[in-house]
Amino acid sequence: MSSESVPIIGPIGLPAESERRWFEKLHELVITVDHKKLGAMYICLALSFLVIGGIEAAIMRFQLVIPHASFVSPQVFNRMFTMHGTTMIFFAAMPVLFGFGIYLVPLMIGTRDMAFPRLNAWGFWMSALGGLLLYFSFVGGDGLYGAGGAPDVGWWAYAPLTSTTFSRGHSTDYWTISLLVAGLGTLATGINFVATILSMRCPGMTLTRMPLLVWMYLVMSGILLFTITPLTAAQAMLMVDRYLGGHFFDTQAGGSATIWMHFFWIFGHPEVYVLIIPAFAFVSEIVPVFSRKPIFGYPIMVAATIAIGFISMSVWAHHMFTIGMPSYGNAFFVLTTAAIAVPTGIKIFNWLATMWGGKIRYTVPMMFCLAFLFQFLVAGLTGIMLGAAPFDWQLGGSYFVVAHFHYVIVGGILFALFGAFHYWYPKMTGRMLDDALGKLHFWLFLIGFHLTFDFMHVPGVLGMARRIYTYEPGRGWEVWNTIVTIGAVFQAAAILCFVFNLIWSYFRGRVAGNDPWDAWTLEWSTPSPPPSYNFEPLPVVRSRRPLWDIKHPEDPDWKYE
Amino acid sequence: MSALPVTLPPFETPWRLPSRGRVGMLALIAGECAIFTIFVVAFIFYIGKSLNGPAPRDVLDLPVFNTICLLSSSLTIHLAVRALEDGRIGAFKMFWFLTLALGVTFLAGTGREWHRLIYKAGLTISTNLFGTTYYSLVGLHALHVTFGAIGLAIVMAFALAGLVRHEHAYRVDVLSLYWHFVDAVWVVVFTVVYVIGR
Repeated sequence: MSSESVPIIGPIGLPAESERRWFEKLHELVITVDHKKLGAMYICLALSFLVIGGIEAAIMRFQLVIPHASFVSPQVFNRMFTMHGTTMIFFAAMPVLFGFGIYLVPLMIGTRDMAFPRLNAWGFWMSALGGLLLYFSFVGGDGLYGAGGAPDVGWWAYAPLTSTTFSRGHSTDYWTISLLVAGLGTLATGINFVATILSMRCPGMTLTRMPLLVWMYLVMSGILLFTITPLTAAQAMLMVDRYLGGHFFDTQAGGSATIWMHFFWIFGHPEVYVLIIPAFAFVSEIVPVFSRKPIFGYPIMVAATIAIGFISMSVWAHHMFTIGMPSYGNAFFVLTTAAIAVPTGIKIFNWLATMWGGKIRYTVPMMFCLAFLFQFLVAGLTGIMLGAAPFDWQLGGSYFVVAHFHYVIVGGILFALFGAFHYWYPKMTGRMLDDALGKLHFWLFLIGFHLTFDFMHVPGVLGMARRIYTYEPGRGWEVWNTIVTIGAVFQAAAILCFVFNLIWSYFRGRVAGNDPWDAWTLEWSTPSPPPSYNFEPLPVVRSRRPLWDIKHPEDPDWKYE
Repeated sequence: MSALPVTLPPFETPWRLPSRGRVGMLALIAGECAIFTIFVVAFIFYIGKSLNGPAPRDVLDLPVFNTICLLSSSLTIHLAVRALEDGRIGAFKMFWFLTLALGVTFLAGTGREWHRLIYKAGLTISTNLFGTTYYSLVGLHALHVTFGAIGLAIVMAFALAGLVRHEHAYRVDVLSLYWHFVDAVWVVVFTVVYVIGR
């Protein structure tokens, strides 16, 4: 029974950063298989697409600010909402969450890299290629005869709008192939997460001792395996239709437009959970650290996540109540949709219970998480409203739906993500993000978010359909649309503030040290930024909070677990 | 802040984890299952919905020989992996070659069937819904057999160069998982296309 000592040492043997030429650094990024570099590259790729997708959203909002506006043409408006949706889901949200996962999971489970480092790099470059293909459609979408034909079929691309009859030129082909390529990269990343988490844990890191973030990425990857692949299959079918004259979604030859909807939403709804579960993961790491308490109900949190994973695959047709399903179909999807609120509610109560009686530190990451809790609750409540079929018949396809899912994605996922940026940026760069700028960012974004998405519910209830190019005056929609657009301006200012903070702090931020937040998971035991090998001797853990054990040898957690 | 020398309590039991190759391959297979499920669902959904001929009953024959080839290749690859685990390199090479040959025979059989359908029966992917779903599903499976056969051929080339040894049994075993999966999918495709769909 010997004790093992774990010295924590700095990087060795590399020349100083400044000595190396810029193209050597660039070359290193192109050939790298290091999970930390790839994670950071995923995040940078996603941030650039986030800005592009945000600009597309701003263009739409300016078109809708007053009735009968003609800021852009209807054709451009259609392209904007299609590109905004596709970009944000596939090239902003997924890559940024993968980036954090790829960066953090190996550090948190105490290993040196992902299970398949080259597959990891392949996944990143496939995602980048997918994004490039999507945006190349602006140039190549109409072939040689004219530029400027981005896809305009909406992000869910319902048949038969995507058939060659209604979508001429190549813009829809670029959309299809881009998602096919990015989908293969995503599948690779999902496989890599599963193999890493199950097979690469450091000694002592049993499944019940893994940080919740790792558990949630495992469940997210499991969902990914079964849901990104149906989209890939459906895209392959669409390509058969468009290139080989197939009839999968060709209603003229007996094909069904509805089956595309099913295939798309079999992917599309679990995709929401692919995005929100990493957000849960961030909150589950940040809330305990800033409440100075271990997470409340760890096993229940894991069970709730797994339950969400399973139930999420049986709710897809609640996106399709308006197509007219038989009553037992409606009943089934209403019940499963309501059922998913139960594990989600358990999570919210667990986070609240973690904070209850804790010594809460109101740092920027914690502020974002608190906003997340409130906003995600509201988003869930409008979700339950829309999950009731009769209510959905009334408001499906209206701005109420747009407001609901933006409440989930912006108010939930993006807020948690900003919290994650503030929390892990010191680990990734070695410097803290500026606190004052962070608070300004938080308040600007909070105000902008609520101006935009609270008031967006109202025109939806008043009958404003989503994706409309413009509207008549005198329907009571004007004032709401103006407020919504003003909110978008606040959000743009906040994002500007955030990007400035990211760049400024990289050079001028306060030096962070190993463990600026006094946290408990393994990534904080490495130097900031971690050396390429992460851990010199692999760590050995005996509890869920290995750094607590190290810092408090007189009262370690493993005595109680 | 660096160099915190820390003492950890000793670890209690020997530390074992599942192998990453097997886990990765099983995860890939899980994802592939979902892809095939979507194509199978599309096939079943469109049975009897074609607006014009030819109908499956008129043009499809049961590919019995093909099926025997592919299913028996599962047995030969199992024997090959077993042989390598026991260090019998000669037997490994023989069974591995047999697996590859059976796989290629299957592909040739599919090619012959498609040639007959296209040139004799006049069924192409754009003829009707049956053609679209049939060629997509059977083609997707044949594509996977092709990928598998390429993998088998690479290992065969290494084996002929004398580079596959006893210690590679684990890697070869991971590849064999994929081959078993491709064979299992054929059972589903056969049932759906040639039994239910005919």
